[in-house]
Amino acid sequence: MSLDRGHLEYPMRRHGMDHDRYAWSMLAGRAPIRWPGERPLALWINVSVEHFPLDATGEGVKAHGSMTMPYPDLRHYTLRDHGNRVGIFRVLKALATYGFAASFAVNGEVAQRYPALLRRLAATGGEFLGHGWNMDRVHSGAIDAAREARWIDDTLAALAPFAPTPITGWLSPARSQSALTPELLRERGIAWCADWVNDELPYRFETRHGPLAMLPLSYELEDRFVIGENLHAESEWADQCCDAADFLLAESERTGAGRLLSLSLHPWVIGQPHRIGHLERVLAHLAARRDRIWNAAPSAILAHAVPVPGA
Amino acid sequence: MRADPGLYRYLPWDERPRIVWPGGARVALWIAPNIEFYEYDPPQNPKRRPWPRPFPDVLGYSTRDYGNRVGHQRMMAVLDRYGLRGSVSLSTAICIHHPEVIAMAAERGWEFFSHGIYNTRYVYGMDEDQEREMLAESMALIERHTGQHCDGYLAPALSHTERTIDLFAELGGVYTCDLFHDDQPTPVRTRSGRRFVSVPYSLELNDTIVYVVNRIEPRRYGRMICDAFDRLYAEGAESGTVMCIPLHAYQVSHPHRLDALDRALEHICRHDGVWKATGREIARHFLDHHHDDFVAAEDRLEAQR
Repeated sequence: MSLDRGHLEYPMRRHGMDHDRYAWSMLAGRAPIRWPGERPLALWINVSVEHFPLDATGEGVKAHGSMTMPYPDLRHYTLRDHGNRVGIFRVLKALATYGFAASFAVNGEVAQRYPALLRRLAATGGEFLGHGWNMDRVHSGAIDAAREARWIDDTLAALAPFAPTPITGWLSPARSQSALTPELLRERGIAWCADWVNDELPYRFETRHGPLAMLPLSYELEDRFVIGENLHAESEWADQCCDAADFLLAESERTGAGRLLSLSLHPWVIGQPHRIGHLERVLAHLAARRDRIWNAAPSAILAHAVPVPGA
Repeated sequence: MRADPGLYRYLPWDERPRIVWPGGARVALWIAPNIEFYEYDPPQNPKRRPWPRPFPDVLGYSTRDYGNRVGHQRMMAVLDRYGLRGSVSLSTAICIHHPEVIAMAAERGWEFFSHGIYNTRYVYGMDEDQEREMLAESMALIERHTGQHCDGYLAPALSHTERTIDLFAELGGVYTCDLFHDDQPTPVRTRSGRRFVSVPYSLELNDTIVYVVNRIEPRRYGRMICDAFDRLYAEGAESGTVMCIPLHAYQVSHPHRLDALDRALEHICRHDGVWKATGREIARHFLDHHHDDFVAAEDRLEAQR
């Protein structure tokens, strides 16, 4: 038995990356970013507002949180819906209590189903991101381009009437993309994307129709990942968020280069009554360091995050 | 298929020749940062899929690229603080993709050993010539780009054939990190009969096993490292032990995780009697001073059967 010769050939072995999406660059070697007021740490809080359909197919990539039981999986459907009925309001109240602004990555179908919720989100003034149609329409290599394009169009059309400012950012369901997602987004006027988690600061990402900015939204620190997949205690998740903030503050103060803490929240996870207090502890920790933290909308962070590597 | 890998013999923990480390240290501590490249669009191995998602697996790829863009320098700063050198388990294609990372490790006097060419290329299904070609090319890349002889091997993504260790020994390798059966070095029997050794590389304390497989909390990982050290240090009063901390910058260097490692290393480095070694130094010391005594002890035990 042997393998095809291609397994011992390396056509993309060259300096830099093995694709042409972005240039190779190390964070520590870049010209320092300085945030407004010379604050060491920018803070981006994003809340994902999601709908998990009962008739999920899991086509291509199945999102964590999707249905797992034989149809009808009322158990998981309703647990996810709790986030939109109850959890989000606890999250909004906690943010207001500590005076932090958040952006909202919203599934298009949530706007169609729950316009009252969209009006509440818009009333905070928070920036909206497109977040796909729902959590069962996962963009991936298994989906043809015409369907994917329609999902993006439908999502942006459903959100636009509610968005406080024009939507320029995108977060794909389950952080999954097809090989064409960046092109489809750029063609539709999307300027930046949060899917790729290979950095902590924005960088330039190439598409056939011109560049996007990639503004990575932390993944390994998100409530859903830490609590839902790692099954860590809520208190441990809060410790990890506080540790991340302190680490980045210290690194920024030591190096003189601005750092970014992005927190990714899911009301169906963190909005449960036994969990919300742990989010409040994180926000209290951040509020106690407010004079060193610049809390801003992602588009504002992008506008200040210059120079952009690869540009 | 074999029921037993046939690579090492049984030797009870408390009936072995005494290991004496340089300076009479109790524990040989070595840190093994994995510096890896995972391909965006690798060929599909018949036995194992490189990525779980359809192409492109943005989450899988970008999660690992984080180590190269963000993680290495953070980890290096921590190791520098404690005077610890890394023994790099290297996806040797990094020599070409990211020579800047190689330069940072080289200027610190770190060791480089082979971890294959890419961590998305598996040896399953390779014939002997193909596996030898891959191994030899990886060793040649290290020699060409770092000037070091490649003494050690950790199979890419822990993918092995029955011949892997035989082939590496025949190509001039000195030690393997692929065997997790012991907390001391072990003589390894290969088909060429060359003197060859296993250097303990702890999977249980490997950050990727800890964070990705066992899904352990960062602060608990720090406590696990301290607990392991305390026990190996105590036992090392009788005979030298080995402690390895394998790391991956794409896991351990996250802002919510790195301080746990930092504090654990602080605990370890407060102690006298810790030999801050590299994999090569441990292997060579064992070969020069203890290997033959261990083989003799194994022979005696076998003769008693």
